[in-house]
Amino acid sequence: MQFLLLIYESESAQATRTEGDNHAMFAEYMAFTASIKSAGKMIAGDALQPVETATTLRIRDGKTLMTDGPFAETKEQLGGYYLVEANDLDDALSIAARIPTAKTGSIEVRPVMVWT
Amino acid sequence: MSVDARAELQSLIREHHAWVLARVVRQVHDLELAEDSLSRAIEAALVQWPETGVPEAPRAWLVRAARNKAIDELRRRASWAQKSRDVTLLGELDAEAGTDDVPIRDDMLRLLFTCCHPALAEDARVALTLQVVGGLQADEIARAFLVSTTTMSQRLVRAKRKIRDAGVPYRVPGPDEFGERVDGVRAVVYLVFNEGYSATHGEALVRHDLCRHAIRLGEALLELFDGDGECAGLLALMWLHESRRAARQDAAGDLVLLADQDRDRWDRGQIERGTALVTMALRRGPPGPYALQAAIAAVHANAPDAASTDWPQIVLLYDRLLAAMPTPIVALNRAVALAFARGHEVGLGAMDSLGDALAEYFLFHAARADLLRRCGRADEAVRAYERALALCRNDAEQRFLRARIAAVRGRT
Repeated sequence: MQFLLLIYESESAQATRTEGDNHAMFAEYMAFTASIKSAGKMIAGDALQPVETATTLRIRDGKTLMTDGPFAETKEQLGGYYLVEANDLDDALSIAARIPTAKTGSIEVRPVMVWT
Repeated sequence: MSVDARAELQSLIREHHAWVLARVVRQVHDLELAEDSLSRAIEAALVQWPETGVPEAPRAWLVRAARNKAIDELRRRASWAQKSRDVTLLGELDAEAGTDDVPIRDDMLRLLFTCCHPALAEDARVALTLQVVGGLQADEIARAFLVSTTTMSQRLVRAKRKIRDAGVPYRVPGPDEFGERVDGVRAVVYLVFNEGYSATHGEALVRHDLCRHAIRLGEALLELFDGDGECAGLLALMWLHESRRAARQDAAGDLVLLADQDRDRWDRGQIERGTALVTMALRRGPPGPYALQAAIAAVHANAPDAASTDWPQIVLLYDRLLAAMPTPIVALNRAVALAFARGHEVGLGAMDSLGDALAEYFLFHAARADLLRRCGRADEAVRAYERALALCRNDAEQRFLRARIAAVRGRT
């Protein structure tokens, strides 16, 4: 089964981290990514630019509406994702628990729909 | 078939229901398919058994029949559309051809852990466990939890869909998470019991059926987890609470406090059962939270009257419980025990630091009010009782608090 692991964190909390903290965090992410790659679980994964770069688009009555910012203002923002291959939800959860941001933010675990 | 004979068959089937379901779920990896297949197998049994007699091994018969119904269903689906998962499963089921030497107990454990999986909402875990493991119908569970059958059915369907679509596995957790997950299973059973024992709303102080079901589940846990100390502790705790059921309400349905209860109305048989289980739990090594709470309940249960309660012993047990479970509510209970062991003022002193954490908890204010009353601080007692009353939602408990306020006011 494939699972999308969505990484949410409050960007304001992120901004208060020191450079040293950021280096340590980066190293943790590198190690985590390497470990799921070597375990054959990794399909894709990326970090996203902050929400201030987001544009939200809707088409209503044939008109395209664009707004600056994310589709909803939330306390924590989507900051990145991993797409992984896991045996079942427990397996996916145990991968999610090792994402460094799990300790400070939230990881939403979503199974990918299978069309048969 | 006579009505009696049919009822007898149904109760025989009910006894095997959860076990058969557990086995079929493992074979077909799909709770809904397993349930549907089992219902059809039961229909067949109700037609065939009265003619041919009940088979020698009814459980094996039902497993075989349900499995065949599942194969039929999968064949039907596979011919509609070549669903790859169904076809693979069909191949597996054909290959196994009825040989199955996995102990059925393991199947039951798998199913139990699935129903109590932390990825499911708490109310869904409770409902699912009662239905799947406890063998209750959706309408029975709905009545017990005071919601409509539609709401309860939707809750159950949603939970089963999540299990299927989110890939919640049917497995016994590995050693690294086993302890935590067994805690979760015990918590579900205790939630069922507490919902029945101290209904948070409505007229009924005790919804007795739920307590009975929780105890039955507790017995199943103790057997499934091979005499585990905390499972013994949980079952002991439920028996010891249950033993006081008849004495908890007076003829008018009003709440009677432990100290004022007529101890002749406590069920001695249940107390003995609970006490024996506490002893067993304590012999199994360092006691956990359930065993300690049960031990406290056993000290109360075995005191001939309120005055001869061994309060110092209870304080010691609360000290250990607080170390294992450092929550403000445990600290509150310890403070009450301390008040009886070493004086009301000492107890009040121990409560002082809990006011912030428990500001919205009515039992905190009620317990404080009781100690203030005993110290003769009537005005403060009335204020604390009134705060408790404002926060309390159970009718019987509200009546009790009003009576206390009137009594304290009457004396000043």
